Amino acid sequence: MINDPNYKRAYVISGIAVVIVLAYVIRLFYLQVIDQSTANQAESNALVKQTIYPSRGLIYDRNGELLVFNQPIYEVTMVVRDMGKQFDTIAFCNCLNISREDFEARMVEIKDTKKNRGYSSWTPQVFMNQLKKEDIAALQESLYLFPGIHLQKRTLRDYTYCSAAHVLGSVGEVNQSDMDRDDYYGRGDYAGRDGLEKTYEKQLRGEKGVEVLMRDARGRIQGSYQDGKQDKPAKAGTDLQITIDIQLQMLAEELLANKLGSAVAIEPKTGEILALVSTPAWDPKVLVGKERSANYNALLKDPNRPLYNRATQAMYPPGSTFKTIMTLVCMHQKSLTVNTVYPCSGKESKPIPCTHHHGSAITLENAIEQSCNPYFWCAFRDLLQKDGYGKDNADFRKRYESWRNDVMSFGLGQKFQDTDIGDQSAGSIPSLALYDRLYGKTGWKAITIRSLSIGQGELLVTPLQLANQAAIIANDGYYITPHLNKNDSMLSHIHHVDIEKPYFDILKNGMQRVMIYGTGRHVAIDSLHMAGKTGTAQNPHGNDHAVFIGMAPVEDPQIVVAVVVETSGYGATWAAPVASMMMEQYLTGEVKRKNMKREYINKVVPNASVKKQ
Amino acid sequence: MQASRSSNIWKNLDWITVGLFLTLMLLGWLNIYGASYTFDSTSIIDFSNRAGKQFHWILGTLVLAVVLLLIDYKTYDILAYIAYGAMILLLLATPVLAHNIKGSMSWISIGPVSLQPAEFAKCIVALAVAKYMGRYEFKIRTWRDMIIPFGLIGVPMLIIMVWQKETGSALVFLAFLLAFYRQGMSGYVLWVIAAVVALFITSIRLGDEVLPLGTGSVGILTCMLLLTVVEIYFLCKEHRMRYQALILVGSVIGIYGLALILNIFVTIPFDWLSMAVVLLLVAYNIGISLYWHKYKLLILAGFTIFCMGYTHACKYAFSHVLQPHQRIRIEVLLGMKEDPNGAGYNVNQARIAIGSGRFTGKGYLNGTQTKLQFVPEQDTDFIFCTVGEEWGFLGSITVLGLYLFFILRLIKIAERQRNVSTRIYAYIVAGIFLFHLTVNVGMVLGLLPVIGIPLPFFSYGGSSLWGFTLLLFILLRLDAARMEQLR
Repeated sequence: MINDPNYKRAYVISGIAVVIVLAYVIRLFYLQVIDQSTANQAESNALVKQTIYPSRGLIYDRNGELLVFNQPIYEVTMVVRDMGKQFDTIAFCNCLNISREDFEARMVEIKDTKKNRGYSSWTPQVFMNQLKKEDIAALQESLYLFPGIHLQKRTLRDYTYCSAAHVLGSVGEVNQSDMDRDDYYGRGDYAGRDGLEKTYEKQLRGEKGVEVLMRDARGRIQGSYQDGKQDKPAKAGTDLQITIDIQLQMLAEELLANKLGSAVAIEPKTGEILALVSTPAWDPKVLVGKERSANYNALLKDPNRPLYNRATQAMYPPGSTFKTIMTLVCMHQKSLTVNTVYPCSGKESKPIPCTHHHGSAITLENAIEQSCNPYFWCAFRDLLQKDGYGKDNADFRKRYESWRNDVMSFGLGQKFQDTDIGDQSAGSIPSLALYDRLYGKTGWKAITIRSLSIGQGELLVTPLQLANQAAIIANDGYYITPHLNKNDSMLSHIHHVDIEKPYFDILKNGMQRVMIYGTGRHVAIDSLHMAGKTGTAQNPHGNDHAVFIGMAPVEDPQIVVAVVVETSGYGATWAAPVASMMMEQYLTGEVKRKNMKREYINKVVPNASVKKQ
Repeated sequence: MQASRSSNIWKNLDWITVGLFLTLMLLGWLNIYGASYTFDSTSIIDFSNRAGKQFHWILGTLVLAVVLLLIDYKTYDILAYIAYGAMILLLLATPVLAHNIKGSMSWISIGPVSLQPAEFAKCIVALAVAKYMGRYEFKIRTWRDMIIPFGLIGVPMLIIMVWQKETGSALVFLAFLLAFYRQGMSGYVLWVIAAVVALFITSIRLGDEVLPLGTGSVGILTCMLLLTVVEIYFLCKEHRMRYQALILVGSVIGIYGLALILNIFVTIPFDWLSMAVVLLLVAYNIGISLYWHKYKLLILAGFTIFCMGYTHACKYAFSHVLQPHQRIRIEVLLGMKEDPNGAGYNVNQARIAIGSGRFTGKGYLNGTQTKLQFVPEQDTDFIFCTVGEEWGFLGSITVLGLYLFFILRLIKIAERQRNVSTRIYAYIVAGIFLFHLTVNVGMVLGLLPVIGIPLPFFSYGGSSLWGFTLLLFILLRLDAARMEQLR
């Protein structure tokens, strides 16, 4: 072509263009492929993830009565920028029943970015929260008059009955450790804090949904992202039916209302807990919403410790109710027969005198009926000494160990592992090691531990264990782990006690006689065929604890009950009436003995308020 | 006669360039729709939104293109100087005419449309410069020959920069240097300009950043290292020294390596060290030049000394001579100050938008950043963000590739001209497109300061689109007539 000395510069110029574009390609590669930070920044720029809260599962009692449900509460939110200059403040205040000063003060609070860090005039700000439906009814009607004002619905727990607070538990805001443990939770979320709400949290809470929204550079919501493809609807929690009979529960609560006590009723064939009462209790409604933490603190400080679930956590000596187990174990170990006779007075009974008035030298069923202390001491002694003491007490120790094993097979001295009941105590059936520590390896004999024979000494049980023990007797030797979820039959959780059926018949016969001739005769209803055993447990800190276990009808028990009334006195006086009325309620649907009920409710436990655990 | 000529035009027209032009314009239009698309947006050709308006500009541009092709090619040459004179007058008049429009100094309104004369000035100045330098008797022998071409571009540049305060539009005239270079202007001019710009930006941008090792400013060290490289490169190139080059590079690396090791025991002032290295090289340069009687290279030594002084002068002037508000403006321009409502915000949001597009992009009309107006100017100067976010890395490099192809095609067209004037004009056109691409995309990618100039055919705006069309189609018209032109 044309003779041009500079024609090569065309390549230089082309080269410059290529180099520039290549440099930009490298930069783009860095920004779009290597650098990962921008994707998140873009998301936080533009996307708002709005949680959709599922409604929590409802709770019903065994008869389908609604116990726990959700109440709607409302939040009034405002987008300041949308309110405009024409906003009718006075009308708005009237709707919410607040003064103009309240309004101005609240507006200052909202706009104070030191206190309200997320403030933006473009986004909804909470003006008032936790309002009841009636509080916002007026506003809701005329909402169209107030641009920028929105109503946000949330839910709180609500309760049909002022009852079963310990069983149901409560729902509260999650704390940091909850969030660390389970990343399902976010700040401000609610979760079951105790009781069934806690145990069945995963079932009840459902699954949160999420709505992904886009917001523009000024924070205004611009609609859903990718037409809602990333959204997830909330899944409502699953309802829970529990084994509690709310009428029975309420009766027991009413009876024990002014006392420190507990009552547990179980349907023996199924292990279903019909009532689980601990008093004093509280109205479950007080642990909801705004006032929850203040009320919770008040309950914590209450000297009567209402938050303490006596039915499952408190440990008492079983007292004479333990004679039922003594009967079974001694007969099983062949040291006692139905015809064995022990005198009730004289040298043999010396360490434990009889507290009742009856003929001496009685048989087993009589002894049960009369709750004869010396009889059971003698039986216990003969059991332990059946093979003598042996070298270093070896034979005696073997006997004690096998006695202890049999006792523990009744579920005593340990927590129920496979149940849905929350806080439990294990109770205590003293071990060889305990006595060795107290008295030295050869320093103790049958006489040393004689108190065990009448349910005293180092023996401790919980009311729940007592009720379960009654269930074993009712079932002639087995129990299904006591539980609260009606939807789970727990049939695989059956536990057998290695004691022969005829012995149960003998025992039940004795227990029936208790209700006919013995300590329970005053509270029995003949037509219901009750069987039971009273107990009066000595309490080193004060008055005796009243204890009672019972069942009805004895031929085919539908219900077993255990009742403990702290520092009250005789089991027959303080515990047996409660159990009797509960059985009546459950089997007949009502308590006909109105006088007895009224009298019991009005009965004041001596020195109840000075009680010390 | 008339008919045969016009059929000639369509036959000789460079259809590849036309195709690239149409492709880029169409892609630009789609991306403007993407950038200005909101949830209640209507049609892409609805005049009420940006994409709809751009559609009308595009229709206008197509008419303009056809008209430009139908005009006799000689007209452009004949009218070049007259148009240039008229253009200067219009540029001078613009701030006066535009006085009442939003305080802007560069827009004039004709009926319903506003136009920016500066966008058309590029083309007219290019024609005038091309005409002048294309004269038979014109040769670049000494710098005196360049006075008039520089004057031709200097006058409108000054008017636009000082009178209209449109720095971006004025800087575009630097693109003419590429054509001058092709015509024989010394390559050192490009180097000097590159060096002056690079040293200015580096010394200010990094001037106050302290080295992580030893003491000294990152800016000074970087500038000195740059000068070291320049010194060694030209020294060895001119003297055809091969192994000496290796020795020099080796010694420099050795000195710095030694300093790094010594730094463990004593604190080394690296900026002073780097200046000493440059001075040593300059001394070597002077010595060897005198010894071999190659006095030409004394210029290199002088230039290097000048640059050392210039580096410090920039830094000094910046912190002592400039007023605080001027300083802040430059600092924001260079991205040193975070200005949430200014340039810093734009660049950061642009980076986020492009980066979040990842490899394949979020899909057309699915970009959240551009759609929700996180990037200001997203349909004009920052339109490349939309490409980056919605089409990802693949889309971005495709667009860049199209531009590169387009510019290389223009260079090819330039090289096939027999008429020197047309070749110069073609190079100016290629240079302008390259300049716009470089500055615009460089700004969006956070590599260059924020200077508001549009991305050709992509950015929303009638003036720029018509201005670029004018540039391109006059070239295509001249190219189509290349067989009829002798010289």
